[in-house]
Amino acid sequence: METLQLSNLKTLEAESIHIIREVVAEFERPVMLYSVGKDSSVMVRLAQKAFAPGKIPFPLLHVDTSMKFPEMYEFRDQFCRESGADLRVYRFEEAIAAGVNPWDLGTVKCCAQLKTQALLNALQEGQYDAAFGGARRDEEKSRAKERVYSFSDEFGQWDPKNQRPELWSLYNGRIRKGESIRVFPLSNWTELDVWMYIYSENIPVVPMYFAKEREMVQREGRLVPVYENTQLQECEKPEKLMCRFRTLGCYPCTGAVESTAANVAEIVEEMMVARNSERITRLIDHDQDSSMEQKKREGYF
Amino acid sequence: MDDGKSTLIGRLLHDSKNIYEDHLASLATDSRNAGRDKIDFAMLTDGLKSEREQGITIDVAYRHFSTPKRRFIIADTPGHEQYTRNMVSGASTANLAIILIDARNGVLTQSRRHGFIASLLGIPHLVVAINKMDLVDYSEDVFKSISDEYREFSAKLPTRDVIFIPMSAFYGDNVVMRSDKMPWYDGPPLLSHLESVHIASDQNLIDFRLPVQYVLRPNQDFRGFAGTVASGVVRVGNEVVALPSGRISRVQRIIAAGEDVEHAFPPQSVTLCLDDEIDISRGDMITHPANVPWLAGDIEALIIWMDTRPLQINRQYIIKHTTRTVRGRISEIKYKIDPNTLHRQDADSLQLNEIGRINAQLMRPILCDEYANNRQTGSFIIIDPQTNFTAGAGMVIDRSHKYERATPQYLSSQKSAASNLTRHTGHVSIEERERLFGHSPVTVWLTGLSGSGKSTLAYAVEKKLTEKGHACFVLDGDNVRHGLNRDLGFSAEDRFENIRRVAEIAKLMNESGLIVIASFISPLKTDRANAREIIGQGRFVEVFVDASVELCEQRDPKGLYARARKGEIPDFTGISAPYDPPESPAVRIDSGKSTVAQGVKSILAHLRQMRVLS
Repeated sequence: METLQLSNLKTLEAESIHIIREVVAEFERPVMLYSVGKDSSVMVRLAQKAFAPGKIPFPLLHVDTSMKFPEMYEFRDQFCRESGADLRVYRFEEAIAAGVNPWDLGTVKCCAQLKTQALLNALQEGQYDAAFGGARRDEEKSRAKERVYSFSDEFGQWDPKNQRPELWSLYNGRIRKGESIRVFPLSNWTELDVWMYIYSENIPVVPMYFAKEREMVQREGRLVPVYENTQLQECEKPEKLMCRFRTLGCYPCTGAVESTAANVAEIVEEMMVARNSERITRLIDHDQDSSMEQKKREGYF
Repeated sequence: MDDGKSTLIGRLLHDSKNIYEDHLASLATDSRNAGRDKIDFAMLTDGLKSEREQGITIDVAYRHFSTPKRRFIIADTPGHEQYTRNMVSGASTANLAIILIDARNGVLTQSRRHGFIASLLGIPHLVVAINKMDLVDYSEDVFKSISDEYREFSAKLPTRDVIFIPMSAFYGDNVVMRSDKMPWYDGPPLLSHLESVHIASDQNLIDFRLPVQYVLRPNQDFRGFAGTVASGVVRVGNEVVALPSGRISRVQRIIAAGEDVEHAFPPQSVTLCLDDEIDISRGDMITHPANVPWLAGDIEALIIWMDTRPLQINRQYIIKHTTRTVRGRISEIKYKIDPNTLHRQDADSLQLNEIGRINAQLMRPILCDEYANNRQTGSFIIIDPQTNFTAGAGMVIDRSHKYERATPQYLSSQKSAASNLTRHTGHVSIEERERLFGHSPVTVWLTGLSGSGKSTLAYAVEKKLTEKGHACFVLDGDNVRHGLNRDLGFSAEDRFENIRRVAEIAKLMNESGLIVIASFISPLKTDRANAREIIGQGRFVEVFVDASVELCEQRDPKGLYARARKGEIPDFTGISAPYDPPESPAVRIDSGKSTVAQGVKSILAHLRQMRVLS
């Protein structure tokens, strides 16, 4: 007898496609935030499936802090070329020219400029009324509270205490001019689901996710990669280590984990016994009390 | 509430090894910082700063965990009555609800309320966890008397699967591991029950329903109808009907997540290609011809009110049901239900978190089923058109004697009834009329404050168009109120009816081939949207005659502003009633700067650009 039950991954896939289609049907100018990471790769694949055999009917937007790893830029350009996606890149040139960086300003102020403000500028410039983001509820405790359709006022701010109730799969996308909706099609995915899906669908990801020997340095309990322009402190000694990146962000604020998982199957295996969460390697989640909630209120994704 | 919900969730995650070590470490720090002497699992789920400060759950949080047998999402919802709306959000998609009862306190009002809400939202399985058994010496008698009392209550609910588990979340008794302290209990611990409860048959696999979400037309050769299978099964080769048109076709191809498949079932997101080229758009539904939903414009439903602004009878709201969004009003509240006692009371409004049984009248009918049979096609949300807030959630009740099924017979009887009524115009096509008049008919809708110069402009446009040989006519606010609408005042409801009638007249005049120039203050965005809906998107030309209140008051041709200032005219737009300026009018005329002739010119230029005038 045939089974009429969907696997966990297929159920998540169906839900995400439903959300992506709903946004395209109801909004005038949607855009998909593309951050080059694994979640973005998955989101783009889902968008392709939602509109197959047609093309993705909206652009991708990369808010580029100019501080991403070189491998990320390389991957981004190749991935978008091969998938036929319409990529737009926004850089907050004013702030970049002013030399905004986390070493002098601290991570809080640096993020506020190069990420949050840059994103708000980009959304306003493109007059986008809906923006897809790859955030998942399992990533962080304030994200666990986020709706699939998250309302932002005309200043791009999120009010966690006054969110619109969200029932069934009936999403309320009604907004006034200037307001927008952030949409999270991967809300119910976990990190393991993302990797399982990448595995089963053979989705390309940045090679930095895979373990290899890299030049690293220990900094505040985190493994930070050493590049030509990395500012080393006196006591810091670079060493060669087998490691990989569990999440990808800006190079000054993203750490690696020691690992030997050199391909997707090995990562899936590693995930199954993981004892730490993925965002432990992200400095910016730990830079102030309730730091993610604060950043999100101001408009961060 | 204080009955150990967070401890239970923490215990469930911890004992099934689903908490990451860094989360556990930061939990320990957070707990210490908050002055707790042991790890406070509530801080794991209460993700918002204000929740941790107040030590309560305000909004639903979703937590994931998995065991080798199943993957779970916990919707951690607040128990306080004032956050009922957040609880229903979590409940709307749940397969199973766990209700916690503190063994020392027994069945409380809130225990009943939570059970009622779970059953209202159609959660098929209920677990009553009788917690803190350690504090009543693991007594079988206490367990029995609490479960007997609750069973008496839950027998009144439609939920059939209700089970009782004695536990101590604090010590982990009967959460993941079987307790050795309660040998008298022979049922499973909580996690084993969660892993084995049979949920596959909760899915409706009988009534095929595909609400059309989006029409995919990437090129000339491909036309697919995209949507999520709400219920039932569809196969390649099946005969299907498109509703509400009633057109029959056959399934040629099914694409599920990019791949061709032979059949599809819920909750797959699919694209259907049909044998025939039939007109189907978003909001329509594809089903099997022998099994169709109701087509109902008057619906009866249970609703939960979720807005701080109370429900107003007969006010216009927006209703989103499947992929169809319609305007409508709640015409009657039959009664409201006290969720604590299940008693019914009369009501003329519903406040935040209140639950009531209502009648709603929709401007376009919806294709729906009974909620108890179909959570997807039986549910809807109510949106406030002014604030855009999700103000209510509704569940359709079975009123078979009142609703009509969208059968081919019923749809064709509706069509022939309509064609009887319009037979006398049926022989002249719209194209013939356009040739006759030398234009395609539209309604030029002038909106603006009293004294902004709408009427002057309207009559000037009429004069100019007539000179050019176009048949046209002005509908003017004051004139209409002398005759057709003399029974109406200026309350929000009467203004709505005023505009509705005018829009219907304009539509008739357009259908007869005339260009209509409508001059109405029409201050509310919702009323203008309503007029646009009645007249038709392609025929409605919104013109904003923009003048400041100061300017209009200075002109005051009819002395109305002076009287309004003295308080002689209540609800006067611009003085004591609001005016929503149009956000993106087709034409905007700056009444202070441009002359009447310039205004006429811009309107005519726009009509030419629209190819209304040749």
